[in-house]
Amino acid sequence: MNRHLLSTGDLSRDDAELILATAEELRSLADRPIKKLPALRGRTVVNLFFEDSTRTRISFEAAAKRLSADVINFSAKGSSLSKGESLKDTALTLEAMGADAVVVRHWASGAPHLLAHSAWVRSSVVNAGDGTHEHPTQALLDAFTLWRHLGSLDGRRVAIVGDILHSRVARSNALLLRTLGAEVTLVAPPTLLPVGVEGWDADTSYDLDSVLPKTDAVMMLRVQRERMNDAFFPTQREYSRRYGLDARRMGMLPEHTLVMHPGPMIRGMEITADVADSDRSVIVEQVTNGVAVRMAVLYLLLSGNESDTGRTPTTGTLQAGAPTTDLDGAAE
Amino acid sequence: MTSYLIKRARILGGEPTDLLLEDGVVSRVGQDLAAEGAEVVDADGLVALPGLVDLHTHLREPGREDAETVETGTRAAALGGFTAVHAMANTEPVADTAGVVEQVWRLGREAGHCDVFPVGAVTVGLQGERLAELGAMADSAARVRVFSDDGKCVSDAVLMRRALEYVKAFDGVVAQHAQEPRLTEDAQMNEGELSGRLGLRGWPAVAEEAIIARDCLLAAHVGSRLHICHVSTAGSVEIVRWAKSKGWDVTAEACPHHLILTDDLAATYDPIYKVNPPLRSAADVEALRAGLADGTIDIVATDHAPHPLEDKDCEWQAAAFGMLGLETALSIVQETMVEPGLLDWAGVAERLSYAPARIGRLEGHGRPLAEGEPANVVLYDPAVRREVDPAGLASLSRNTPYAGRELPGQVVATFLRGRPTVLDGKLA
Repeated sequence: MNRHLLSTGDLSRDDAELILATAEELRSLADRPIKKLPALRGRTVVNLFFEDSTRTRISFEAAAKRLSADVINFSAKGSSLSKGESLKDTALTLEAMGADAVVVRHWASGAPHLLAHSAWVRSSVVNAGDGTHEHPTQALLDAFTLWRHLGSLDGRRVAIVGDILHSRVARSNALLLRTLGAEVTLVAPPTLLPVGVEGWDADTSYDLDSVLPKTDAVMMLRVQRERMNDAFFPTQREYSRRYGLDARRMGMLPEHTLVMHPGPMIRGMEITADVADSDRSVIVEQVTNGVAVRMAVLYLLLSGNESDTGRTPTTGTLQAGAPTTDLDGAAE
Repeated sequence: MTSYLIKRARILGGEPTDLLLEDGVVSRVGQDLAAEGAEVVDADGLVALPGLVDLHTHLREPGREDAETVETGTRAAALGGFTAVHAMANTEPVADTAGVVEQVWRLGREAGHCDVFPVGAVTVGLQGERLAELGAMADSAARVRVFSDDGKCVSDAVLMRRALEYVKAFDGVVAQHAQEPRLTEDAQMNEGELSGRLGLRGWPAVAEEAIIARDCLLAAHVGSRLHICHVSTAGSVEIVRWAKSKGWDVTAEACPHHLILTDDLAATYDPIYKVNPPLRSAADVEALRAGLADGTIDIVATDHAPHPLEDKDCEWQAAAFGMLGLETALSIVQETMVEPGLLDWAGVAERLSYAPARIGRLEGHGRPLAEGEPANVVLYDPAVRREVDPAGLASLSRNTPYAGRELPGQVVATFLRGRPTVLDGKLA
């Protein structure tokens, strides 16, 4: 495994399964009275957010703190038009502070990649969502949730429905689910599928109803209402009618099929409230799993890379039941 | 004025021949020439070409002297073998009045490294709303003949039609930056499978091709001449080929980087590869080379676009479009066109000197190396190979996409009207 997590496309099947297995061990921690391990004591994790995302930041923060890491939250909001401090200067500042891992959320696709490949920082870089590119930990927590419910994902069919074009969740999931052996169908109006999607290792469909009866999980994506202003679809009502998940459509799903959503949901747009709150829905569980998966990612990236960062590791290790496999921080 | 006797240069790659440069002209061409008092330049093994003419250069002055100045940009031009460059109008203030174009023209004369021919903006402030005073710029000391809103497309069809018609009065040409604006809002890279994967907003080929097709039809309709800047797609080559087959007066340019680099470089997210129009597919590169070889594409123009480091040392989306080109253009043409046998040196002279001078209606440039012609000469060593070192460039900026890349060929000397601007590969 690389010492960065930039794209789920960089994960081998072994890497991905190790993260899921580690997350499973760490998840049990949530049921203990003391939800904390000393594994990353003395290490510093910086949450560097160039774009608001309270949910993702809190999840990473909880994950790092449960591993006893020191957490610094760095909000550097800015747009390409009203640039504040540059990414480079921010990165140099973090480097000077001695960050071991930088969790970066950015409005620009590729910003975490740039950070990881620059000479600006030596720390591990975790992509917490970049532009319309990827959101690897979201895909990992989705896969983790599926895996907990369905077991092996080999041959399982997952439909990803909604704004594929602008979705970093869709990209990361399409790559990771294939790596784990699942079959992916991307469902969207043609305007919300990227040019060249036929080259992705996934099926596509414009017709949600035909996909639903043969799917093991259906993952609904958020669709911004403003997209209709750019003529991606005519009205919210028409979108919901053609691509929204409501009670009628839920009735077309096989008994065991899971309903997922990465949040934040727009109830009434891509998913109705009764579906979101139904017993098929694992949306709240996804949030719980998010912390466990992010703990696993931070643990695996940071517990073996002292030789790369040149910083002193702590002696903290996982307690009983922890995975014995330790990743070395081999260069990419 | 010192005379120069160039010994054993291979004119357009031909047999070794001597040239005597006196009083700004090529006074004699022949074997075993001797000239008392003339400085002898040993050109054994070197190819002699007419001074190169760039129809598309951004010198950034006035306004962005942190990126380039007329002085530094024309130094880069001379080192690249150019004796004339056309300075694009997207400066601050925009070159949309006689005053600004005369200032740029005068700065070029003062620098003296090559002739600078300002391009005039088509519309006031490049805003695409009202015609700039094209006639005043044409009548100014700068004698503007090329008009362009380069960096922006003249997207309004009526305005484009009027501009094409209006410049006929002084034999001008409109050089269109073909980019349909609505199809390219916030576009970042060539639209294709990779743009979808990388999450970078796609820049479809049709955004370029639709404008080229429209403008060819407009130019034909009003009987004007049209020049297409930086053609980048196979479809554009096809459309230009079709327009030429109709006998319409359409010319087109390709940039060196579009002849060698492809869109897969965007996967690095390194904005050094961010350029307008974007790098395209390998199939587009092949089509451009073929079009340049068969004359569908008339010229190579650099689109030399300097940017300060901070505008490239950032997120791809936040970075500026453009790359340096003057000091590497001839080497790229050698590698992509000459070495594969698509162009000989006579063809290079046509594409990088004669044709751009004709399009720009330049009189003292783009002339053959023959007795009585202006002594604008490049001596080029095609045998050496060099590694591009950004720190070693004469341009004020460093945004070359070829850093660390080994390229063939080196300009050894450049003469502007008989006076060396470059000797022994260094500024004279």
